[in-house]
Amino acid sequence: MTSYVVRRILYAIPILFGVSLVTFILFHVVGGDPVLTLLGKHASVDEMQELRHQYGFDRPMVLQFVRYLGQIVTFNFERSFQTKQTIGKMLADGATVSLWLAVPPFFISQFMSIVLAMLAAAFRGRMADRFIVIMSVLGMSVSVLAYILFGQFFLAFKLNWFPISGYESDFPDRITYLVLPWIIWIVISIGADVRFYRTIFLEELNQDYVRTAHAKGASPFRVLFVHVFRNALLPIITHVVIEIPFLFMGSLLLEAFFGIPGLGNLAVNAFNNADWPVVKAVTLLGAVLYILGNLISDLLYAKADPRVAL
Amino acid sequence: MIRSNSPGREALRKLLRDRLAFASLCVIGIYVVIAVFSALNWLPFDYANRLGPSYAKPNAQFWLGTDFLGRDVFAKILYGAKVAFSVGMVASLIAIPIGACLGAIAGYFGGWIDELVVWVYTTITSVPQILLLLSLSFVLGRGLTAIYIAVGLTSWVGICRLIRAEVLKHKELDYVTAARALGAGNLRIILRHIFPNVFHLLIIDFSLRFIYAIKSEAILSYLGLGVQGEPSWGIMIADAKEELLRGIWWQLTAATGAMFFIVLALNILGDALRDALDPRLET
Repeated sequence: MTSYVVRRILYAIPILFGVSLVTFILFHVVGGDPVLTLLGKHASVDEMQELRHQYGFDRPMVLQFVRYLGQIVTFNFERSFQTKQTIGKMLADGATVSLWLAVPPFFISQFMSIVLAMLAAAFRGRMADRFIVIMSVLGMSVSVLAYILFGQFFLAFKLNWFPISGYESDFPDRITYLVLPWIIWIVISIGADVRFYRTIFLEELNQDYVRTAHAKGASPFRVLFVHVFRNALLPIITHVVIEIPFLFMGSLLLEAFFGIPGLGNLAVNAFNNADWPVVKAVTLLGAVLYILGNLISDLLYAKADPRVAL
Repeated sequence: MIRSNSPGREALRKLLRDRLAFASLCVIGIYVVIAVFSALNWLPFDYANRLGPSYAKPNAQFWLGTDFLGRDVFAKILYGAKVAFSVGMVASLIAIPIGACLGAIAGYFGGWIDELVVWVYTTITSVPQILLLLSLSFVLGRGLTAIYIAVGLTSWVGICRLIRAEVLKHKELDYVTAARALGAGNLRIILRHIFPNVFHLLIIDFSLRFIYAIKSEAILSYLGLGVQGEPSWGIMIADAKEELLRGIWWQLTAATGAMFFIVLALNILGDALRDALDPRLET
């Protein structure tokens, strides 16, 4: 087991290197000269030279890449082009807000999806199952943008249940701004999740142990909730754990639309202002979180199923 | 008389017997015709010339109302199909060859080639997809070409992984050993022997990929990185952001509806294709 853990952790290093390379190529090689965006149209040649030198853009690509790797390893990014704040603080603030947006609806929708999927699997092929599957497919087919726009229009504008958009950092007030995005998040994600979990439960229901359980006289209820559920727990855990890092990123579209100052909104603003240091930092943070999530879910998997680590 | 019973024909028969799948195939067909007609400018009216009053409600002349400039929303919807389909087609033409080739090579040869390919796609999946999509389309400049490349380059990983896993399994099977014993080279084994056995995965992937392409185009256009100066469903939805609060609902509803039916049809067709083509699901 120890060697497996070490191997998995070592495996993350080349991936991290790859991500650094991709972001470097995107923003330094293809992305054009950031000095132009920084200084605007009326920059003099001397100013441009000086700034290039200050950021190290006049050095060979390889050296720039090494410097960039150094920044990543020490997690020391430059300041934002736009706000001149340190990026570390911007990321920390943004991540807190994003977690507030993402965590509650994520767990509610996972729970609802699992319950609905079990219901569908229990009544497979019958009316309840058909209904759940049809609703999921219909729900999956509506554009995310439509959910956001119509949700805001009907629930906030017409019915006046929620504020139209905005955010408040004080604790209880914060919730009033978040409920509508939460509802929309759940509606957006539930269709695909129900179908995913339903497939898992159906696969388990085809296993031999289910027939054995039925044969020895266990009630259908017991078979589903005790036997099948415990075996399906493994894929469920993997699915949930892999998603967790993304919760830090919140939802780019929801945040941008409702004006919630999370990481997603930060990224969109940085894109619109060509604030490359921020874009790079958010992209890298997302990648690191993804790699971590994968690592943790692999380790959990190995813990639950010792055969994996062999 | 002996009726041929090839797996492909069997699958087609199964697909056509499924009424829901047949209906969605028809819906997709209608969209394709509209997209082709608008691409070739064969539609009986031009969205830019068919003008009416600004923000007219849906009426007998303008079935889906008009937009700010008085252009017919119905005509814009029809022209939008062209953008959505071209993104789906071109992105697929980029993604499927890359994914299928890399997947087949990695799975077949194994060793360091496999490790390299796995490293490349793990790296790409590690970058949050929407950020990669945004970065690519930003770096490449705004516009349709950037969207083609961005959507194409972010979506080949799924098919690559699938093909790699499948080829890994197939290369150990007896028919491959037999082909090799008969003196077939690696390229011949991959293309003539293994490829036909995994081809159905590409067809299933194609229908699901289209959904991703259509949705991505809408999101990128909505964020202002998309098509310029041409009607697209994403731009119509982006415009609707300000319109809706003023009670102008038709443009958003029309664009949402246009996307909804094609995505729904593709979802249903994708499921039906999987049932019809995947021999493992046979009972």
